[in-house]
Amino acid sequence: MQLQPDEKLDVEAILKDLENYRPRRIGWRWRQSNGSEIGGFSYSETSETLKNGIPLPAAIRSFGGIDPQPDCVITTEIASGRFEDDIRRMRMAAWHGADHMMVIRTAGQSHFDGLIEGTPEGVGGIPITRKQIRATRKALDLVEDEVGRPLNFHSYVSGVAGSEIAVLFAEEGVAGAHQDPQYNVLYRNVNMVRSFVDAAVAKKIMNWAEMLQIDGAHNANATAREAWKVMPELLVQHAINTAYSEKIGMPRERIALSTVPPTAPPAPALRMDLPYAVALRELFSDCKMRAQMNTRYIESDTREAIVTHVLNLMVSRLTSADIQSTITPDEGRNVPWHHMNVSAVDTAKQALLGMDGLREMVQLRDDGELYERKREIIERAVLFLEEIEEVGGYFEAVAQGHFVDSGHYPERNGDGIARDIEGGVAAGSIVPRDEDYMAPVCEHFGYNSLPEVDRDCDLVGGCTLCDPDRIIYIDELDPEDNVHERLRSRTEARAEGTVKPEVEWHGDGVVTLNMLLPTSERIAQHAGLEIAKQMGLEDSSVIHSGSMHPQEGTYLEIKGTVTFSIDPDDLVIPEEEELLPEEEIREAVQEEPMKVVAATVGEDEHSVGMREIIDIKHGGLERYGIEAEYLGTSVPIEKVVDAAIEIDADAILISTIITHAGVHRTNMERLDQLCREKGMRDEVILVGGGTQITDDLARDCGMDAGFGRGTTGHDVASFLVETRREK
Amino acid sequence: MSERDRVQSRPDDFVERRKHLNDLSDEQLQERFWKLTDRIVQPLVDLAREHTSPSIERSVLLRMGFSSIEAKEIVERVQDHGLLGKGAGHVVYRVASEHNLSIREAGLALAEGMYWDEASQLFGAGGDE
Repeated sequence: MQLQPDEKLDVEAILKDLENYRPRRIGWRWRQSNGSEIGGFSYSETSETLKNGIPLPAAIRSFGGIDPQPDCVITTEIASGRFEDDIRRMRMAAWHGADHMMVIRTAGQSHFDGLIEGTPEGVGGIPITRKQIRATRKALDLVEDEVGRPLNFHSYVSGVAGSEIAVLFAEEGVAGAHQDPQYNVLYRNVNMVRSFVDAAVAKKIMNWAEMLQIDGAHNANATAREAWKVMPELLVQHAINTAYSEKIGMPRERIALSTVPPTAPPAPALRMDLPYAVALRELFSDCKMRAQMNTRYIESDTREAIVTHVLNLMVSRLTSADIQSTITPDEGRNVPWHHMNVSAVDTAKQALLGMDGLREMVQLRDDGELYERKREIIERAVLFLEEIEEVGGYFEAVAQGHFVDSGHYPERNGDGIARDIEGGVAAGSIVPRDEDYMAPVCEHFGYNSLPEVDRDCDLVGGCTLCDPDRIIYIDELDPEDNVHERLRSRTEARAEGTVKPEVEWHGDGVVTLNMLLPTSERIAQHAGLEIAKQMGLEDSSVIHSGSMHPQEGTYLEIKGTVTFSIDPDDLVIPEEEELLPEEEIREAVQEEPMKVVAATVGEDEHSVGMREIIDIKHGGLERYGIEAEYLGTSVPIEKVVDAAIEIDADAILISTIITHAGVHRTNMERLDQLCREKGMRDEVILVGGGTQITDDLARDCGMDAGFGRGTTGHDVASFLVETRREK
Repeated sequence: MSERDRVQSRPDDFVERRKHLNDLSDEQLQERFWKLTDRIVQPLVDLAREHTSPSIERSVLLRMGFSSIEAKEIVERVQDHGLLGKGAGHVVYRVASEHNLSIREAGLALAEGMYWDEASQLFGAGGDE
């Protein structure tokens, strides 16, 4: 099976023969950083380029389509709740530069005592099952061939089934996982003793599978009222999980710290975020840094979120990031949508490329405020550790509520999360291993009274880690809640190939409206919903509203669903213009020279677009031997026509960018009229261009053609040569 | 733990509390950070080394080639018979050896409630808990 860029991912084909599918490898893959020369630029923090991908918008138009890839792994977090839609989104994200696909788990799985099987639908994520991860890994194997880069698949080894999930992930080639017993204890209220005991076995198995481990400390940022005050505690949480993992045998190069710049504007964010980032990288110099973006201060405004995230990226470039994780800019208002995952990946790619080599020009000071703040954070963390020891150890400290207190340690507000040593989910489920305790399998952590054997699993003739054929695959348990039923209910639409908008699930019908209403916020919100209703949208709601002024205006974003779909066969789509081959144009111009007059007309100073159409260095008309007389900007129509008469031009090209009061139409109409008055209309080809011009509009105004956004010199040259032939 | 032990509000006494750190070099401060961490974490590792849980035992059975459903069934019965401290994989192994069954046959039989009296006897007093 192989993916073709012009074909959709076939979910049915992915599901076929899944019981026999084996992942092609285990273990985490980093990008190969190489620095490079791309498109005439030198980069020092890039990696191999993609076989198939989609560059940044400006690259397509102005940088020859180059798509350099930053040096660090880029994460996208996917949480639609249906893996069959998740994998399509992963493919989109991979084309834009993501190579770490983090699948969020359904709410409640951490309290599920055992593995879930089949493909039930989840809430805010998928239930992690063998079938779902195997299908996803299979899809990712295909996508990584398509983009030409290894893709890391990642989920969570946590909750009361942590040890089993670790085995499942190891067997199925999951490359990275969150594993941090503190997360279970503090945020999922899993009994603390159970959490740590299970974690040891899980970590040992993860280590065998060469998984990259990411810890859970960043959650303290997201929970605390004033996130920057938990910085000392964050260092402590990172340290506890790191030291615990190391003692189980995990090397530091596979331990990644999940770290978030804790602050956001309007706070002077870098004053807090930068010393913290430096402190962390100094203390944990051999660990990997998974730089996450801030979620704590995301509201419904995607613009605001993106600016905060770019500041976070600056911290990454000023210090270091092995993995740059991304948060979708819509996280403050809904479960992330397809294009928001892509937006966040593009934000990371764009900012990281823009700051390539920053540390070669800018050096962080090792004195002054940066040093003093960094030292203070570390001292506060040391004091935090001292107090844990003083009160009798980690469990006692958790029980007393030392963690996630909103005070700036050693300040205390008495509002930390306290857990009972004998309480929480699965309390009392731990038993001591007897003297004759035995686990006859490989990679088992802890006391084990195995007899002398070569491999630990020899006693039972092998284990699934040594021999994957022993894995027992369960397909579906629920006859209703599974992927096959979901696909069946939508098979018709898929087969017919109709098109319906979607943001999350196949054909969910969700669209957004953006509008400014010239009234107060409260009236605007209700008026906006009424507008959506009258436009025929169902289930509308305001997903963002921002005041421009208490009375003068409110900006709104409204989502709603459309109930119809479009059959592409019913559409009248004009045929794509076939351009003459470049060589043919050149020959035609050589045989019979062609001259054009070009100008930006009216009172309009925009020159860039026209110059790109003409200039040889932009691949413009001159490249084909066409002689262009460029008259400049703000040229009166009369002067353009006079110039055309003077040089006996074959064509007149006018650019008209300003559209105020319909001036672009007037200009084109005037040109047509003047050429008729002079009796030369039949001898000259008239072309109008500009960002707001379409071919239909220009023809309507008497032009022979109109060219809008994205036009190249080749488009215009081909048209001119072809039209002259027909005359 | 009594309610008294719950962390109470406390002003930021950093300036007082840090005095003993004042003369430490950056390097010494880092060393102190990791030494303290090590002392806090070591008892947790020791605890893990010497204990097991239903999840851990299910993970052993998964590795032995049982499905998640089979593993859950077997471990529940292991718990019911007070044999978790022996290791669920150990119980399956002993029953297989004793009755000349394959590992899978023994596990599936145990999952269906067979051989438990024998299993309890094999492990002696542990089975009567």
